[in-house]
Amino acid sequence: MQYITPAIIALVIIIALSRRKPLYTDFISGAEDGIDILKSIFPPLVAMLTAAAMLRASGALELAINFISPLANKIGLPAEVMPLVLIRPVSGSGSIGVLSGILNDCGADSLPGRLASVICGSTETTFYCLAVYFSKTRVKHIKRAVPCAVIGDLTGIAAAVFALRLLGM
Amino acid sequence: MIRKRRNKETPPAIYYTMGVAFLNYIWGFMILVSIVTAICTGRVDETVNAVFEGAQSSVSTLISFAGVMCFWCGLMRVAERTGISCVICRVISPLITRLFPGSGDKAREHIAMNITANLLGMGNAATPMGMLAASELDRENPTPQIPSINMCMLVVLNTTAFQLVPSTIIALRAAAGSHNPVSVILPIWFASACAVTAGVIAVKIMGRLKCST
Repeated sequence: MQYITPAIIALVIIIALSRRKPLYTDFISGAEDGIDILKSIFPPLVAMLTAAAMLRASGALELAINFISPLANKIGLPAEVMPLVLIRPVSGSGSIGVLSGILNDCGADSLPGRLASVICGSTETTFYCLAVYFSKTRVKHIKRAVPCAVIGDLTGIAAAVFALRLLGM
Repeated sequence: MIRKRRNKETPPAIYYTMGVAFLNYIWGFMILVSIVTAICTGRVDETVNAVFEGAQSSVSTLISFAGVMCFWCGLMRVAERTGISCVICRVISPLITRLFPGSGDKAREHIAMNITANLLGMGNAATPMGMLAASELDRENPTPQIPSINMCMLVVLNTTAFQLVPSTIIALRAAAGSHNPVSVILPIWFASACAVTAGVIAVKIMGRLKCST
């Protein structure tokens, strides 16, 4: 497990060197793209982290978690992860904000933290994709594609729970 | 120039009815509920402080994961420029022929590039490629009002996007003080693979149903 990261990095560097690519300038231009991404996720991060902090400080979060945990536990999903499941299909940057909140609150290596990371990594902003991809076509009834996409998402979430809870990955 | 680019990336109006409207309610609800609860539980001072602390913590979160994020973006650019995209394209093209029966060469080429960009985590490159592929499939669609099976397949492959290195998540976990930020990579691959498989099967079954009725 701990060799995955160094292996990926070494592989990329070795291939780039052996093909005589300008890897340093490429790296710099890629890192610049990273700044663009950071710029675009900062405003939603402020919105979500502030709202989450307010919910926590007012005690509303505690109440909500107590309220939905029996239901959430039945399907094996910690209550803390529920907000992410709601926001993930509609907003990519919003869900990054929510994920960051969960990681800060529960700890990155706790079960809710790991589960939230896996759900965020294995699903996509489904409704955004649906809307964008059909926008340039003549299609009027995009409803037909929705069930398949939702089935994919639900399977992803179920598989995430399965992988962490039962396989202990 | 920046404004021009922004306009281009603005999602279509339908997205606002489906996505952002939903977010309007959720976010507004979060704020209002916490204020009402604060008044009821008498924790008004803490909640007001939380506004400033929360906003501040977003800056520290951003700064603490900015470095890792930029590093992975840089590394992925290096990988892309070594021609790894071509290799992946070649590997997945037989698969695309099977998943998109009856599609033209041009459509398949766009689809291959779209999937490759998704695998490498380049969402910015994946979306325009996917839209090109969608309009190409649209041209081949005999029933323009209703999406063809191939179009559904394209969208489902994108909504369950498989990503080899989920860099944003690794960076966020590192920022939150994880001992092993990359430990989630195997479960992510597993869950993504399950999601893609289920989505593809669902589309295929829908195609069958349509043929039989």
